[in-house]
Amino acid sequence: MTFLLRRLAFYLVTAWAAITLNFFIPRMLPGNPVQSLITRYQGQLSTDATKALYALFGLDEDTSLWQQYLDYWGRLFSGDLGLSFTYFPTPVAEVIEQSLPWTLILVGLSTMVSFTLGTLAGAYLGWRRGRWTDALLPIGSFFSAIPYFWLGLIAIAVLAVAWPLFPSSGGWDGAFVPSWDADFIWSAVYHGALPAITIVISSIAGWMLGMRNMTVTVAAEDYVTVAHAKGLKERTVMFAYAARNAVLPNVSGFALSLGFIVGGTLVTEIVFSYPGIGYILYQGVSAKDYPLMQGVFLIITLSVLAANMLADLAYALLDPRTRQEG
Amino acid sequence: MNQPVLEISGLSVDYGYHDDAVHALRDVSLSLGRGEVLGLAGESGCGKSTLAYAATRLLPPPGLITGGEVLFHSRTGETLDLLRLPDDELRAARWDEIAIVFQGAMNSLNPVRRVGRQLTDVMAAHRPGVPMSVHKGRARELLGLVGIPADRMPAYPHQLSGGQRQRVMIAMALALDPQVVIMDEPTTALDVVTQRQIVERLIALRAELGFSVVFITHDVSLLIEMADRIAVMYAGRIVEDAPAAEIYAEPRHPYTRGLLGSFPPLRGPRRALSGIPGAPPDLASLPPGCAFAPRCPHAFARCEGERPELSGGRRLSACFLPADGPVAAVQGVAPVE
Repeated sequence: MTFLLRRLAFYLVTAWAAITLNFFIPRMLPGNPVQSLITRYQGQLSTDATKALYALFGLDEDTSLWQQYLDYWGRLFSGDLGLSFTYFPTPVAEVIEQSLPWTLILVGLSTMVSFTLGTLAGAYLGWRRGRWTDALLPIGSFFSAIPYFWLGLIAIAVLAVAWPLFPSSGGWDGAFVPSWDADFIWSAVYHGALPAITIVISSIAGWMLGMRNMTVTVAAEDYVTVAHAKGLKERTVMFAYAARNAVLPNVSGFALSLGFIVGGTLVTEIVFSYPGIGYILYQGVSAKDYPLMQGVFLIITLSVLAANMLADLAYALLDPRTRQEG
Repeated sequence: MNQPVLEISGLSVDYGYHDDAVHALRDVSLSLGRGEVLGLAGESGCGKSTLAYAATRLLPPPGLITGGEVLFHSRTGETLDLLRLPDDELRAARWDEIAIVFQGAMNSLNPVRRVGRQLTDVMAAHRPGVPMSVHKGRARELLGLVGIPADRMPAYPHQLSGGQRQRVMIAMALALDPQVVIMDEPTTALDVVTQRQIVERLIALRAELGFSVVFITHDVSLLIEMADRIAVMYAGRIVEDAPAAEIYAEPRHPYTRGLLGSFPPLRGPRRALSGIPGAPPDLASLPPGCAFAPRCPHAFARCEGERPELSGGRRLSACFLPADGPVAAVQGVAPVE
């Protein structure tokens, strides 16, 4: 219990630091949001409009940095991340809210599939090394060595253009309105299939290789020999003794990769024009949309932290040696 | 000795293949009587552990059994040919008939499984019909046998000390009431006091439960005390095989003599430690004659060209020196003062 509380306190402090940085960094950049809006509208804004914008962004009064910082926290807690320029006047929170589920489902599912398949295959390859199945390793590494954008483009060129099996872009068929009905969900699954397959293909080798090598290492441990000598069933030895210990590094890797689900799929979403958070971030960066960038960064930071915490917990759950008791 | 429980004959093991192979065991024959404690002594790398692994078919690749036979005679009079048994029958025989306490006591327990669970899983695997509560009771009883409180059942291995872990391994070896327990340097990693306790516990348990023991160690003085018979190995071969008391009183092979001279005696007058000059030979390129000849103080011309066979009836030794010739007297363990 003390362990959990200590970890929790650590993560709260880290989150505070991250959020504070997120506040200060944009303010250290030259210019301010209103100026970039003015530039955006190429001087077509009247003085009144400019003043209104200053008021809107809270830059009209000479508030101290400290007061701004407090206000920032106040707004954060009420879920107000400011207004997006790109999608002006939609609030950033709403923009994120609309794009986040797409990313979470697409990348989350494909990461899980990739981890599960890769780890199982790796355990098998490590346990039965030296057979023809070892050929899977270089094949997998080949695909993960290909730059992802190129793999994505090839996949589109072959599977969406040459043989139009899959749609080449978008998150759903434009003929539908997003809702929870079967047609729309099917359309979303259909559109997500190709990006998901490319993500799995490009990332599975990492899990497979890591698990395979750990299994080979663990299989040489004394306790695995003892398990054999005990006359336990091969499957028990493989799963309860070898794979169970070999999977530990992979599990923490998996928990960490969950954190990057939110932020690390920029390329996928750009290549497939997928309406997820990475695509939004790309738009925000191209348009110097500070509030949007700030909001997306905040979400990414928090999810990485949450994933770290999950990794900690998973590790403590799986490896009794890391539990600091007392 | 009465009828043997384990008979190893002509066992040869190579590490590696073809011409690069290292011959770790060559034509080793050994038999273990029922209820007997057989000590297996020799320097590091002489093939003691390989013998234990090979006899139970646990050799990790590239270890390869190239010949020989290992016969196990069960209580019911059944004979199992361990090297030719199908995998599932071998699995059933492992631990049930022959249990092993491994060298790396510290790493012999799965770090992520509770100790109790590791004791019960082997029982559940071999006695599937018996309810878990019975296995748990048996596990508590076993821990009691080796002097560990039964409330340590839910502990993880890292929560136990090295000596406790080793005792857990001994308890585990006894779980299925095996007939043969192979102990591969079970106390090497422990301090002398703990080592003492464990060995004494072991001797007491053997007297109580009546299993046979193959005790592998480089510590000959320990064997002299606890073993009935001692086999001395050198460069993958057995060079002397005789009752413990006789080996102590009158070693025939110069190597045995050297080994005995390398340890302080546990009882009796103090004597100078002599050690053995030189280093163990390279198993990949052994001399054509006696492998010990280059280090032997008594080697003569014949030793270099011809290899002595293990012979001598009840007291086996592989040496050309006359059994009770003048050399034995000269080399006899001389007391200090």
